[in-house]
Amino acid sequence: MSSVPEMQASVADAIAPPMDRLLFGDNQFFGVNHMSEEKARAQAMRFRGIDAVIDVLDAAYDEGVRTFMCTTHDRIALVCDHMRADPERYRDFAFYPCMPYAHKYANAVTENGMLGAVKRFLPDEGLMDAALRGGRSLAKKDIEGMTTLLIDTEMKMFQGLRTPVIFLQNLVVDLLVGLGFKDALRIFANHVRERYGAEPGFITMNLPAVLDALDEAGIENPIVCSNINKIGFRMCGGIEAYEAALREREFRAVAMSVFASGAIPAAEAIEWVCAQPNVQSIVFGASSRNNIRNTRELVEEHWPA
Amino acid sequence: MIRIGVVGLGKMGLSHHALLNAHPEVDVAAVCDASGYILGVLSKYTGVKTYDDYDSMLAEAQLDAVVVATPSRSHVGMVKAALERDLHVFCEKPLTLDPADADLLAEMAAERGLITQVGYHNRFVGAFREVKKLLDEGAIGKVTHIFGEAYGPVVLKPKGKTWRSQRSEGGGCLYDYAAHVVNLVNWYVGEPVGVGGTVLPRVFSQETDDGTFSTLYFPEGKTGQVSVNWSDESYRKMTTRINIWGTAGRIFADRQECQAYLRDGASVPDGYEHGWNVRFTTELTEPVWFYLRGEEYSAQVDSFVREVEAGVPDGLNDFASAAATDRSIAMMVSDAAAGMPAPRNGSDATPVTTERPRRRLWRRAA
Repeated sequence: MSSVPEMQASVADAIAPPMDRLLFGDNQFFGVNHMSEEKARAQAMRFRGIDAVIDVLDAAYDEGVRTFMCTTHDRIALVCDHMRADPERYRDFAFYPCMPYAHKYANAVTENGMLGAVKRFLPDEGLMDAALRGGRSLAKKDIEGMTTLLIDTEMKMFQGLRTPVIFLQNLVVDLLVGLGFKDALRIFANHVRERYGAEPGFITMNLPAVLDALDEAGIENPIVCSNINKIGFRMCGGIEAYEAALREREFRAVAMSVFASGAIPAAEAIEWVCAQPNVQSIVFGASSRNNIRNTRELVEEHWPA
Repeated sequence: MIRIGVVGLGKMGLSHHALLNAHPEVDVAAVCDASGYILGVLSKYTGVKTYDDYDSMLAEAQLDAVVVATPSRSHVGMVKAALERDLHVFCEKPLTLDPADADLLAEMAAERGLITQVGYHNRFVGAFREVKKLLDEGAIGKVTHIFGEAYGPVVLKPKGKTWRSQRSEGGGCLYDYAAHVVNLVNWYVGEPVGVGGTVLPRVFSQETDDGTFSTLYFPEGKTGQVSVNWSDESYRKMTTRINIWGTAGRIFADRQECQAYLRDGASVPDGYEHGWNVRFTTELTEPVWFYLRGEEYSAQVDSFVREVEAGVPDGLNDFASAAATDRSIAMMVSDAAAGMPAPRNGSDATPVTTERPRRRLWRRAA
């Protein structure tokens, strides 16, 4: 298995500024709530207009939370348009795109089958047809070509905006790692670095297993985002394995679901996560300026600069 | 190590493949699919042994068990071939499209002492398991009515070229979506003795149903209803909900939470109180070794692996249990085919069956 050239990784390290400690997530905008369908729907209603989303992003920005870690949902394109239109106001604003928006693909697979779905999202349907006509199976270069085209399709909406880190969603990361398809992680990392000058990031529900896979794929000191919370919620491999990974492995950890969907009181949750070694950033969602400020203040209290 | 082969590498097959491959006790010894492209990619990048012929895989790969995740119509033949070779079988849902076949497979597996499981993953969702626990403990007294719902955005336009758009292949909302709800209802209150008022309307599909609405009659006067629509974009993804009324309270559950209202006089389980109780997924969910799309998918695969290892069936989602769901579904299909009953006039009403008014209704809805 070929590895990412070392020099490339260190060049990227040198170029990329460190990640902010607080990243703003987007679950609340899209009706995702792991505790309650009712709350999820109420949020989907509240944020049906993009103005409501932008109001909250503005509140976050004004509180000093300047990075928006968001899925490549169609509606994010409207946020991108808004930011592009006022470069002065959003000078320090950064997007961390997380791709792909999985439900789009999952529904397409049900409707069109596996290959039909890939074909549908490729910018040029003929490309895959040509590749498939070529013979029984796709050549490695076809797979690489298709993967990078799919990445470019997802990245289109961010044109002209800052995207210093680009994440691969957990559904894809975990599927690839489960299947043992580690080359795909490397293809993603290389393309994101070369084409977008960005750092690749990987979201996972299986941190220990994914760190091993990234090692094998030759991706050094990776940015990996996973659930890190006091009650071990959705931390597959177990909380002890996560704690050991944070102590011993070389990677840049981004903690998500630190409140375990509200199961842990905010202060307790933040105090615990800030005490973990090697956590570089916390991604959190909130719907009001008050909640954003509370989280920021808690982090300042428990995680002094 | 248990050697498992996976046949059918669609959405479910790939997901099972990944979960099994990550399982410490499992060696995915072979995979099989009709698509040369998918096999080519997997063999090139992951090194797994691939077959485009199912019988060759069974003959050569020295398997202990097989996972069948092919279009539903093909389940019977594939499962039978595996059982004949004394392989344990995990099959995607529904087990068959004909309950007689399901009974046959269940008998065959039982005679040979093989472990079987069908992919009704809701029975591994923490909140839905909590409902079962509450019912078993009699928390809401005598159950009087159950209402099972599922909605989601699967077919949103008149298009679709896969087997899922063909009723004859086991596609359509009833077989592919409502089966999950019917299976939950079976788990909670048993098998219906009859069904009525079933409609399987089309919304966008040309050759199959996009909705399932039916009333179920259970022994001892219990009743149930299912309401399922897979052409509902207002849901982000499949959302399954259960409401159960009993003489001593009511239970509501979806994937995220289990709410129970227990009346005074209810026999209150440990940790519960009279009035409203809420348990969230964060407290009801057991950790899994590898997470892909939800703990339930991991837990059901793990349960199968453990059963195979121990050689002891647990009966939770075995073929016999899935056959009950196939029978319930078959009742709904024939009830829907009987069409709209004539307006009742006194006690001598009989259903109208000659004109097939169902067709007209469908056309109007389409």
